[in-house]
Amino acid sequence: MSLLEIKNLHASVNGNEILKGIDLTVNPGEVHSIMGPNGSGKSTLAQVLARRESYEVTGGSITFDGKDLLEMKPEDAACEGLFMAFQYPVEIPGISNAYFLRAALNAIRKYRGQDEMDAMDFLPLLKEKMRMLEMDERFLNRPVNEGFSGGEKKRNEIVQMAVLEPKLAVLDETDSGLDIDALKIVAKGVNAMRDKKRSMVLVTHYQRLLDYIVPDFVHVLVNGRIVKSGGPELALELEQKGYSWTEPELVGKR
Amino acid sequence: MWVEQGFNPCVASNYFFGLSRCGKPPAAEADMRGSLAAGLKSLLHPAFLKRILEDLLIVITATQAPEKYQEIFDQFGSRVAAQPRWLQSLRQEAFARFAETGFPTTHDEDWRFTNVAAVSKTAFELAGLEHVKQEQLEPFGVSQFASRLVFVNGLFSADLSTLAAMPAGVQVGSLAAQLKNDPASVEPHLGRYLNFQRDPFAALNTAFVEDGICIAVPESVVVKAPIYVLFVTVPGSTPTMNHPRNLIIAGKSSQVTVVEDYVSLGEGATFSNAATELIAADNANVSHYMIVREGDAAYNFSTLRIQQGRSANVATHSLLLSGALVRNNVHPVLAGEGSECLINGLFMANGRQHMDNYMLVEHASPHCDSRQFYNGILNGQSHGVFHGRIIVHKDAQKTDAKQTNRNLLLSDEAQIDTKPQLEIYADDVKCTHGATIGRFDDNALFYLRSRGLAEAAARHVLLLAFANECLDRMSSQQVRDHLEKLVVAGMPEAARFEGERSPEGAERNLEEVG
Ligand SMILES: Nc1ncnc2c1ncn2[C@@H]1O[C@H](COP(=O)(O)OP(=O)(O)O)[C@@H](O)[C@H]1O
Ligand SMILES: [Mg+2]
Repeated sequence: MSLLEIKNLHASVNGNEILKGIDLTVNPGEVHSIMGPNGSGKSTLAQVLARRESYEVTGGSITFDGKDLLEMKPEDAACEGLFMAFQYPVEIPGISNAYFLRAALNAIRKYRGQDEMDAMDFLPLLKEKMRMLEMDERFLNRPVNEGFSGGEKKRNEIVQMAVLEPKLAVLDETDSGLDIDALKIVAKGVNAMRDKKRSMVLVTHYQRLLDYIVPDFVHVLVNGRIVKSGGPELALELEQKGYSWTEPELVGKR
Repeated sequence: MWVEQGFNPCVASNYFFGLSRCGKPPAAEADMRGSLAAGLKSLLHPAFLKRILEDLLIVITATQAPEKYQEIFDQFGSRVAAQPRWLQSLRQEAFARFAETGFPTTHDEDWRFTNVAAVSKTAFELAGLEHVKQEQLEPFGVSQFASRLVFVNGLFSADLSTLAAMPAGVQVGSLAAQLKNDPASVEPHLGRYLNFQRDPFAALNTAFVEDGICIAVPESVVVKAPIYVLFVTVPGSTPTMNHPRNLIIAGKSSQVTVVEDYVSLGEGATFSNAATELIAADNANVSHYMIVREGDAAYNFSTLRIQQGRSANVATHSLLLSGALVRNNVHPVLAGEGSECLINGLFMANGRQHMDNYMLVEHASPHCDSRQFYNGILNGQSHGVFHGRIIVHKDAQKTDAKQTNRNLLLSDEAQIDTKPQLEIYADDVKCTHGATIGRFDDNALFYLRSRGLAEAAARHVLLLAFANECLDRMSSQQVRDHLEKLVVAGMPEAARFEGERSPEGAERNLEEVG
């Protein structure tokens, strides 16, 4: 059974239709990359998957692990095993990284009928994941994302993913703005989490990420539609030719 | 988390050059009245009409109030007949001032947003000592503090109090006892700094001086553990009032932490009108905490008057949690060069509660720093006020004063009035102020929920985060933990709030640099 099945998805923001019929099937263990020019709807797709209410689904269906994702609230989707790494992670002053992440993990554990983790057990787990992403321990007690550099925020997203161990991770431009060292660290963290069951959707603007995280499939999203799908070689082609060749008549209209 | 711009510090040397001549810099008039029920809606609002009526009423009643108090004052005179003569005349003077002014009205600029008609119209009798059992204090959760002094209706209760061993020379106890045993130690300080000309409530408090906490720490002595003072108001069958008067004297290079906690034992109309004079001598280090968590029918007025010597460092923290009407006056005077004052506060109002914070920060010497941070959380139909006045006197060059007031409105009917007032008479100073009025940030809420937290839990986390900004400025871990518990206990209702969003302008940022 597929883990994620998107059928003819239409979605609007403030009355403007952004996604205009998306079909995508992701099986357990697969890594899919979604590439596309600015404004094509990549983040909209990611936010719809994470169940942001201001993104209105006007048609189609999404099945996640056999359940209707569109019936779920953001917290339900998270508890069911969906994780979205934000393109622009939010700063939350006044709450420490460690407190926040333990609250999140315990909410998910509770949903799954597992015991809550106390700080004694949780801290070593978090520290281990932070080491993997080469984040200094002082970030434990820093307020969530507050005053972090762009790269630190992105790494912090991957730390969260590593702690929450989702079934499906949607990474929205986690590579953008990273220097090459940070990119390698993030890629290492993501690759360490790849396994036969866990699936990933990598939303990216740049082909470079795919040098470090090799996807099984690449899709090109233009103007709210997937206009081309293929293997990793498609990413290289995009890099060389740009997006314009994928569907000139649509791109030209924007 | 709430939309907020950075505060641009402004070196005001050019901007304010010459302004001392015209007396009032333009920013003094800056008035930011922020209310979600703005515009037409608020004009038609019953609360507005009610306020007009109350305003009319108060004009009529204000002058009557002191007569009723005259009788009480006269009777009180025999109760404290043994007080030293200088105190008797101080009280007389203060009462005369109160009789002259009566209670303030909203026409008075300092009381513009707070109508005290409910207090002036009620016939309060002076409360006496009530019998309270130790078990009755348990719900207040203060047993972890080794030094715990309890006042019932403003009067010291030796039976309920415990005092840990103190370093030699430290004096902690009842002001009434101190006045009896060693009045000479009190005379140079009591009433020296609190100005009862300015504030009728301060006059009333001074007129009724009887008891309160009296703490004196000698030079270079460090008192590590917090001294916790619990003021228990016991409502009677008819409305009662009490006027605790506190004196904290921190000697040169000494260090001390004091907590004042105002609570009610039961429900009923009460009027607590406290005043504290805190004197931090040169290089002293003092932390002061003020907690107000009285009952739903309690009126709590307090003034903290701080006098700081050279390089003295004072931190004042206020936590207002409940009460029908709370007025929290904080008035530090940075009188010695290089002194520093942190004025930190959190107010959380629910239902129809009214919480007014009136800050008057006076810079009277060069090179002093003041930092004001007040966060407000307003739910239901509550009304919050933050009035932040900063006066920089002529000689206070190199003043660095900062003021920040952030407010979170959890309901459409809650209201906040925030008003900075800068009066700057020196020409080389740095003063910044800013205020924000916001709602829950949808981005932050979504972020938390996308990590698995249910909506109510996410709101709770954001409220705690907002409160933590204030709690994190507290240096005593023990007091901080205690206050966090109180904050969390006061919170769930707010976290459950699910009101409609206002489509535009849900977050406003009011900022000015002066
Ligand atoms: N909250 C929003 N309000 C209005 N328009 C939006 C909003 N979010 C996205 N859009 C619009 O939707 C389109 C797709 O945006 P987005 O999904 O962010 O693209 P991408 O991530 O591919 O760059 C853009 O035209 C953008 O302007
Ligand atoms: Mg995007």
